[in-house]
Amino acid sequence: MGSDKRILDPDKEMRKIKADKRMREIMAAYYIEAKTPREQRGKPIAWITSGGPVEPLHVMDVIPIYPENYGAMIGASKMGVGLCETAESMGYSRDLCSYARADIASATVNGGPIGGLPEPDMLICCNNICGTVLKWYEVLARYFNVPLFILDTPITHTRFDDDMRRYVTRQSREYVAFLEQVCDKPFDYDRMKVVGELSLRAQELWQQVLDTTIHKPAPMTCFDAFFHLAMIVTLRGTQTAVDYYEMLLAEMRDRVARGIGMLPVEKYRLVWDNIPIWYRMRWLSEKFMARSACLVADTYTSGWTGWLPHADRNDFLGFMGESYARIFLNSGTDLMAENILRMVKKYDADGVVFHSNRSCKPYSLGQYDIQRIVQEKMGIPTLMIEADMVDERSFAESQIETRIDAFIEMLG
Amino acid sequence: MISVGVDVGSISAKAVVMQENAILASAVLLTGYNARKAGRQAFDQVLAAAKITAEQVDRIVATGYGRNSVDFADRAVTEITCHAAGAHHLDPTVRAIIDIGGQDSKAIVLDANGKVKDFAMNDKCAAGTGRFLEVMARALELDLDAFGDLSLAADRAAPISSMCTVFAESEVISLIAKGERRANIIAGIHASIAARVVAMARRIGLRPPVMMTGGVARNIGVVRALEEKMGGALIVSDRAQVTGAIGAALIAATL
Ligand code: SF4
Repeated sequence: MGSDKRILDPDKEMRKIKADKRMREIMAAYYIEAKTPREQRGKPIAWITSGGPVEPLHVMDVIPIYPENYGAMIGASKMGVGLCETAESMGYSRDLCSYARADIASATVNGGPIGGLPEPDMLICCNNICGTVLKWYEVLARYFNVPLFILDTPITHTRFDDDMRRYVTRQSREYVAFLEQVCDKPFDYDRMKVVGELSLRAQELWQQVLDTTIHKPAPMTCFDAFFHLAMIVTLRGTQTAVDYYEMLLAEMRDRVARGIGMLPVEKYRLVWDNIPIWYRMRWLSEKFMARSACLVADTYTSGWTGWLPHADRNDFLGFMGESYARIFLNSGTDLMAENILRMVKKYDADGVVFHSNRSCKPYSLGQYDIQRIVQEKMGIPTLMIEADMVDERSFAESQIETRIDAFIEMLG
Repeated sequence: MISVGVDVGSISAKAVVMQENAILASAVLLTGYNARKAGRQAFDQVLAAAKITAEQVDRIVATGYGRNSVDFADRAVTEITCHAAGAHHLDPTVRAIIDIGGQDSKAIVLDANGKVKDFAMNDKCAAGTGRFLEVMARALELDLDAFGDLSLAADRAAPISSMCTVFAESEVISLIAKGERRANIIAGIHASIAARVVAMARRIGLRPPVMMTGGVARNIGVVRALEEKMGGALIVSDRAQVTGAIGAALIAATL
């Protein structure tokens, strides 16, 4: 209606990321295929945790669906409170992660964005991100009455030893056997090589995209990264993801070459820690932008590339277990602090913004220590925002605004 | 240079008018439901008290939760920065501040120039705030202003363990039912606030000398309880309640 009459701000238009449109098309196509009735689509569906080993699913032509990605969609479309309340009325505690609450509730009421997720034929759970997913997936397995595979990754703290390596590698073989049984066909090891390479390639490209923000002014912010992340989570291991990130990288490099920043003025550069506050992305992005503060990097979106150093390109299945066990969320506070210190230096940041996320305990537990370490080692200001990624009831606007303002005043 | 600081908090609105580094006048009134109106009234009152007109004022800075609704201010600055500036002005040796306001409590660590180095806020719940004291005064059917002096007569602090204002209130009621001395109950209430606030302040590295700002600083019972918990003396200015407004006026003078 009014949209074609709207006068576009040329400066804003110039700063918009053009690849956004392609991203939306790909994600729409992905969900449309998944939501096509089983008889027509042919492929089975697996629900899988965000840090789970997805590559073997692509080898077996299984469509991976991510309840956590869906949780983010629920949060972004502000449907979190309603679904969380439904879960609470089913008896789930308010202290339970809001992704779990929202997902469990939407499974039973078929509600939420895109009218709920397509039902799973199997469930793949990897506890490298938290212990919550174990019980969450057990609940789903009972509810849908489908087979569940659990990849158990020991917490790595500061080291990873041979016992751990043997333990997870053996489970990778069990995982393959599980898939062969559920899909009723042999595993294609040659195809595993191709898919594995595509996954690694997408991760490399994604890291390169994130690294373009080393440049000043940064061609994008972490709020953009939160959006473009969906592809590495859901489609790593496919040509689609590789093609998409090549396109996005080209656009970012072009912006760098032309000196186009996401912010008209970039006075402060900040690092974000923890999962985004999905229902307040725009609000937060505008608040920081209005104060010329650019969130140039974050610990969350690079969480899907952290295992690149451990990759053995000739033997994907051989190192897969180790890689998934060594993601930063499965390490200790020391490594998480080191990671942030590294990012502060790499992206030349002036401060760190911590989202103390009521839902995600493994991510939030060490934050006060990490905050102290950052202040001591780098001597830069930090900000703690207490909220929740999906459950809006944990967000106090005017209090958070005061904290952000005071933080920026400290920087200035 | 004449500057004015207007601090619109959740319970009271404060204003201070300054000329260079001297405070000409200050005003305090209840905020009520209309923050915009309260800010304007505090401004008018302080000008009347200083016998100057609005035209003579060079710069105005607004602070406090209602800072963005003070539309006649040149700039809005947070109460964190303003309390630091105000406390530094009142006593330049101060390195940390504890501020207990109506709906939050804060701890601020500052450097030798009065610049904020770090801060922590309890803004999630009423425990450890002025509102907590109000609720308790109501439960005890007492005037809040009498709390401080009454608590000095305590022979022990009655234990109040709940972290939640509503549950703590029922604890108070059951203490009354058990016949606990009123002074001891009040001392227990103060100790419970102090425990919360000091724990929060320690997280950011509270270091002496510590100044207490905000309206609750007038309550000698809370001050004593904080000192006991911290293991050291607090500096309490007789301008504690208007510290934020003083800071705002000082910042206004630099604009
Ligand atoms: S607790 Fe954290 S890691 Fe676990 S599912 Fe929730 S958000 Fe993800």
